[in-house]
Amino acid sequence: MYPAAFRYYRAATLEEAASILSQAGDEARPLAGGQSLIPLMKLRLVRPALLVDLNSIPGLSSIKSEQGVVRIGALARHAQLADSELSQLIPILHDCAAGIADAQVRSRGTIGGSLAEADPSGDWAPVMLALSAEVRTQNSKQQRTIALGDFLKDAYTTALANGELVREVAVKVPAKNSGGAYIAFKRCASVYASASAAVQLTMADRSTCEQAHIYLGCVGLVPLHATAAEAELRGRELTKERISAAAEAAMEAAAPHSDMRGSAEYKKVLVKHVVKKGLEVSLRRSRGEQVEVSHEYVGRI
Amino acid sequence: MNMSVGSERVQIRVTVNGQVHQREVEARQLLVDLLRETLGLTGTHIGCDTSYCGACTVLLNGEPVKSCTLFAFQAHEADVKTVEGLSHNGDMHPLQKAFVQCHGLQCGYCTPGFLMSSYALLSKNKRPTDDQIRKALAGNTCRCTGYQNIFKAVRSAADTLAAGTQ
Ligand SMILES: Cc1cc2nc3c(=O)[nH]c(=O)nc-3n(C[C@H](O)[C@H](O)[C@H](O)COP(=O)(O)OP(=O)(O)OC[C@H]3O[C@@H](n4cnc5c(N)ncnc54)[C@H](O)[C@@H]3O)c2cc1C
Ligand code: FES
Ligand code: FES
Repeated sequence: MYPAAFRYYRAATLEEAASILSQAGDEARPLAGGQSLIPLMKLRLVRPALLVDLNSIPGLSSIKSEQGVVRIGALARHAQLADSELSQLIPILHDCAAGIADAQVRSRGTIGGSLAEADPSGDWAPVMLALSAEVRTQNSKQQRTIALGDFLKDAYTTALANGELVREVAVKVPAKNSGGAYIAFKRCASVYASASAAVQLTMADRSTCEQAHIYLGCVGLVPLHATAAEAELRGRELTKERISAAAEAAMEAAAPHSDMRGSAEYKKVLVKHVVKKGLEVSLRRSRGEQVEVSHEYVGRI
Repeated sequence: MNMSVGSERVQIRVTVNGQVHQREVEARQLLVDLLRETLGLTGTHIGCDTSYCGACTVLLNGEPVKSCTLFAFQAHEADVKTVEGLSHNGDMHPLQKAFVQCHGLQCGYCTPGFLMSSYALLSKNKRPTDDQIRKALAGNTCRCTGYQNIFKAVRSAADTLAAGTQ
């Protein structure tokens, strides 16, 4: 399978890439890790006339933490994020980065490409929403900051204008008394998840929840904000029963479709499982416990 | 639009198994085809051609990648290692020997990919746990062996190599 012929341009700066893309319009695409774009080009579902390569732009894959804010460059790769020190600071990032697809895809795929692709089953969007992330974008002249919730418009659709690129993703380092986790269930390693939950809790004390953020992946066109589940937890003591009630509420809110990954009923049950486990792990982590979790699949649970 | 931006042909310089190659390639040429068709290194296989099976796995600057999901130009100024680069002076790599000894292959079609994923793991992690081995091989598909013997081969090679470096 071969992509249709295209012209190739290696951009030196993000501004230059944005400028070329804005002149070329729909004909052109930026290339990051290529792990979504190249498969689509090989199937000729996408036939850009021009590819603008972002991979040689210096500094675009840096991961910096300053004044309580972590800034992740658009070109930071999943594997790089999984190995970074950030994993210690914000464990939910590690849960996600270390479990996406397989080692080969993680070597190449980038966080900027993932968010720009806005796949309804993409792993980064629910995680970054749970952390209230902001996306910093760049066109040929200026930058702007967009809350991720506003950035993600619809399935495969973002707020990016023609010639506008993702520059970085910024998240606040969660407070000491908080804990988060990302649990995704997939059929095997190299496929998108069937259902996933990103949870980030802020605790008032050892067992009372002050604030909860819960986003569900794969069960809507964009990640689903599980507000009813959050309301079950806020200001309450996180007993076993309370956690089950929240998982139940998340399950009720999910509106999955039946497809090759499973029936709608099956996916709803998965939602309950991933939310419950996400809450349990988040709670333990908020108490300073080291808990290792990542994507689950048959043979690796 | 400005039709002069970019070109359909690209100059690349890539080191494959220690040998430098300078070529002009079509922008759309995939890395796996640069290796197989242009450089004649047919050890790297194409299984699914849809980014799934891992038969085409090679190392790009030490990282495992699916060469069917990478353009040749993405290897510009990079170091590529293929299965042909594993043996040394005609002597098979301990991983290759372990695959033979443990019956880690039947038809052998998937083997180059499994070898390269395993090699990538052992280059970074001299003493992998069983779980780390399984996770490192999760992007490779085998239709013959049922995986158990592949796992045993990598376990055995890892133990042999670790014993040698003590
Ligand atoms: C076998 C396989 C399994 C996978 N499984 C999963 C999975 O389980 N979960 C998951 O989340 N992902 C999965 N992926 C996708 C993977 O994570 C991709 O890496 C990711 O979706 C896209 O990132 P990329 O850097 O490869 O982007 P590319 O493929 O290079 O680009 C994707 C799109 O975004 C645009 N783009 C890229 N960078 C920017 C930028 N900085 N600004 C604006 N637009 C940009 C491109 O033009 C393109 O339209 C899988 C991929 C494969 C091949
Ligand atoms: S041939 Fe590349 S992943 Fe199957
Ligand atoms: S040995 Fe035949 S596919 Fe693996």
